[in-house]
Amino acid sequence: MGKTRVRDAGDLDALRRALLRQRAAVRRTIAISTRSGCCGSGGAALFRAFQREVKKRGLAGKIAVRQTGCHGFCEKEPTALVLPDGVLYLKVSPADAGDIVAAAASGKTPVERLLYRDPETGAAVAHEKEIPFYAQQQRTLLDANRLVDPMDIDDYIAIGGYAGLAKVLTGMSPQDVIESVTRAGLRGRGGGGFPTGRKWQLCRNCQSLPRYVICNADEGDPGAYMDRSLLEGNPHLILEGMLIGAYAVGSSQGFVYVRNEYPLALKHLTVALKQAQERGLVGEGILGTDFAFTVDVMRGGGAFVCGESTALMASLEGRAGEPRAKYVHTVEKGLYGQPTVLNNVETWANVPLIINKGWQWYAQTGSKASPGTKIFSLVGKVNTTGLVEVPLGMTLRQIIFGIGGGIRGHKRFKAVQTGGPSGGCLPEQCLDLPVDFDTLTESGSMMGSGGMIVMDEDTCMVDVARYFVRFLQEESCGKCVPCREGLRAMEEVLTRITAGNGTEEDLRSLEDLSALMKDASLCALGTMAPNPVLTTMRYFGDEYLAHIREKRCPAGVCRDLVQYEIDAAACTGCTACSRVCPSHAIQGEKKKPHVILQDRCLKCGACFRACRFGAVKRG
Amino acid sequence: MNGAKSAVAGVREILARHGYEPRHLVAILQDVQAARGYLPQMALEQIAGALGVPLSSVYRVATFYRSFSLKPKGRHRVTVCLGTACHVRGGSQVLDALLAHLGIEAGGTTADGLFTVETVNCLGACALGPLVVIDGEYHTNMSGERAISLVQKFSQRAQGRSRYGEDTGERRRRS
Repeated sequence: MGKTRVRDAGDLDALRRALLRQRAAVRRTIAISTRSGCCGSGGAALFRAFQREVKKRGLAGKIAVRQTGCHGFCEKEPTALVLPDGVLYLKVSPADAGDIVAAAASGKTPVERLLYRDPETGAAVAHEKEIPFYAQQQRTLLDANRLVDPMDIDDYIAIGGYAGLAKVLTGMSPQDVIESVTRAGLRGRGGGGFPTGRKWQLCRNCQSLPRYVICNADEGDPGAYMDRSLLEGNPHLILEGMLIGAYAVGSSQGFVYVRNEYPLALKHLTVALKQAQERGLVGEGILGTDFAFTVDVMRGGGAFVCGESTALMASLEGRAGEPRAKYVHTVEKGLYGQPTVLNNVETWANVPLIINKGWQWYAQTGSKASPGTKIFSLVGKVNTTGLVEVPLGMTLRQIIFGIGGGIRGHKRFKAVQTGGPSGGCLPEQCLDLPVDFDTLTESGSMMGSGGMIVMDEDTCMVDVARYFVRFLQEESCGKCVPCREGLRAMEEVLTRITAGNGTEEDLRSLEDLSALMKDASLCALGTMAPNPVLTTMRYFGDEYLAHIREKRCPAGVCRDLVQYEIDAAACTGCTACSRVCPSHAIQGEKKKPHVILQDRCLKCGACFRACRFGAVKRG
Repeated sequence: MNGAKSAVAGVREILARHGYEPRHLVAILQDVQAARGYLPQMALEQIAGALGVPLSSVYRVATFYRSFSLKPKGRHRVTVCLGTACHVRGGSQVLDALLAHLGIEAGGTTADGLFTVETVNCLGACALGPLVVIDGEYHTNMSGERAISLVQKFSQRAQGRSRYGEDTGERRRRS
């Protein structure tokens, strides 16, 4: 189905009004989060079930069913949101479609069994905004995910999409645009926090042409997936941001570098780009002006280091993704040696907002040095996991305990890991720190791209440090020696400690290696790599000492320091443990006490979880 | 050989689609890998020749990125996510259990060619971990036990096939 070209700004507005008129008869829209990577294969069947029910009840044209991206309430997806009422149904299956459609049509009693329940009182909560997870958020960017089908540009235009582009093309000079973004105080959401307006200005100041703009969608930090959600759920928002940025810096060619592990984001972006071209919003003579802009979508090769700007550019040029020293910044000499602006997905997503609502409006949210909202992925051992958007400056405690509902299974909070492999682990005493670009850095971690992994008493901090060091050691490109060899040495030391063979001398080695890597590595992958080690040593030094002095892993994670045994007196011989053991290490006859053959045991803990009589002991 | 000839033609078509441009090397290798499941040496030589770049440069890119493989993969690709969120919920134990069950190392393929087990650093479904992906399908909230029973389903199906001497549609599509 081809789309007609939008000729100019007036035409865009007329199209928007026509779309709203067409949709005026729709009484209610049911937005289901089926266009999201985590929804998996069940999404299509769910959508068909809703369509069937609407048709069967003769409600076509009155009740619309919209497939949308992620609603962020990952724990309870797929969800169905009835608009405009705001009634939210959780964990929806095709069998529920009939009841939901009937309730939406009557507009009265919602389907009680699918509503959110307060974990303490058990009372049903119908409205999205009253659920604690949503109530404390400010979803300036993510809200639109519920309003658009990412595969239909008209949904985006209907909610005022591309109006920001029309505004800059018809009434603002490139310098005005840069001024607005600068005064809004927008800072790079990829983690660097560099002022976006200043980056654009530096690029525009370069005489050389062509200039390029790049969207960094190589979201590599493990535990962070907000960029995936934005690209999958609202790709036009990113394209519009890039168009505005391109106009501001004087570029006519853009690139989006999408992570290889995000096939659905790639698909939605490709479709969005094609529809934007059909509508004439990308290409030559955009909105009747002489502004031209084309976008190429490229797929990454699965290398973490390619999130670094110079490595990403090398990869775009078809080379191995190795960073270079930045004596000359990429705004001057970037892709193909030309002036280049590279911003992260979430940064681009903020741009249309600033233009539409004005920098004054934007600067009101968040803190003075870090304005705006930020999306965090709240994951790990927290009760409600999901994507959370809050004003910058909210405290860790508000996010983890207020929005996330505290720690799972009544366990104790131990640490929160922020900033990915370049960040660190913060303990309870840091929970009242505001989350923004500068404060967390002072405590030894950083906000980074927004991953927030909550850890409880069952997480071993030495193991976490080793996990990150191993991750980075595998992902280090190997170009500079401090990073390549430093990480290898660190991994050796940490492995020794987790195996119970560490000495206190090892702790000093870790500090020395960290200092060296911070000083001498080529790019941020190496200079920030010591953070997970240094923060765990600083805040959880006693755990390191327990491993070294007592040969004990307090959390019971480190394999070489843990042993599972069966208490013969408590064992009923039910065979539950031997059936789940992946290495067939548990032997014994039915109804007789079982034993674990230690030389075969993988220490996976399956038996520990399977035993209903508490007979498997961990020591 | 007909197969070899069509393989050469397949790579040529991919090269043409990218305009024989060296800057599209990563994309070319991705397409070849998608078509063949891995990067055969012959294809690398053909690409180097057609783009006019040294074979060593092609090899360098092919070995730099994690998504490329120089070895053929098993029929079913099992990917265990080792992202931080999966790790703290026991992702590595899931991996250990799977590897012990199949008797291979990470990255390896079972002797019967049925499974290749790989790890990935994060798939971005962090709220639902530990995560195991089998042939592109996501399985969430995994434990070692559950992952093994998933894999067993595939092996049982394969055994059923060979017992009845049935030719698998899947095989045919792949060649």
